[in-house]
Amino acid sequence: MAISGTVQKTETVPIASSSDVVLVRQRVRVWTTEMKFSLVEQTKIVTAASELGRNTLEHGGGGSLELAIVVNGSRQGLRLRFSDKGPGIADISLAMKDGYTSGSGLGLGLGGSKRLMSEFEIDTKPGGGTTITAIRWK
Amino acid sequence: MERIPILRMGNYLLVTIQVDMHDKLALTLQDDLTNRITEANAKGVLIDISSLEIVDSFIGRTLANIASMARVLDAETVVVGMQPAVAITLVELGMSLPGIRTALNVESGMEYLRETVADHEGSDGYIGDSAED
Repeated sequence: MAISGTVQKTETVPIASSSDVVLVRQRVRVWTTEMKFSLVEQTKIVTAASELGRNTLEHGGGGSLELAIVVNGSRQGLRLRFSDKGPGIADISLAMKDGYTSGSGLGLGLGGSKRLMSEFEIDTKPGGGTTITAIRWK
Repeated sequence: MERIPILRMGNYLLVTIQVDMHDKLALTLQDDLTNRITEANAKGVLIDISSLEIVDSFIGRTLANIASMARVLDAETVVVGMQPAVAITLVELGMSLPGIRTALNVESGMEYLRETVADHEGSDGYIGDSAED
């Protein structure tokens, strides 16, 4: 599996309303600042978290974000794991496509946030919820 | 209810977004602005986003919607002050904000609005004639 490493520290943020998505952005900002990511990297990570947090809320019916510092050899990264117990994603490759949306959005959330992060993994099954794990290495 | 203030200056409406907007607040701003354009008979809208640390697809879409609705109501929109890191991220996300006029700061944004609105007024006399070029 591509996404691995030793987990050093974690925090969980519940996502149940649109103001929780703001809280997700703020917590991710704090973590990226503490980890000394550059301003552009911080902006990319916070933006990806905002997209994924909104997906968790809109498509997953709410869930949570787990933040973690992961260490793999000499590399350190920030891992974001969004989990929901929603309907799941039936066709992942279709959902990843830019412009495809099952809701009223632009369809940039998944594909766009994958581009903003270093690693990206979706674990889903129809009816079984969705977990999206994304890492940005330093 | 939480709202973003809209200032009126002559024919123009000015908005400075200084808070991290949740989605409902962005939609409220969209509704409020379109209403104010009609009430105030505004010809130009300037939105200052220099305090925004991120613009994600939702906020980007809201800005694009505001610009489209304003255009239908005969008003021009200019978005000013986007931070460089935000611009880099938006393009990588896949949003290049087509259809939105931008300017680097409030001053050049206002200059653009004044010129555009003056052009419109200058062509008012040519009713029924094609004065576009």
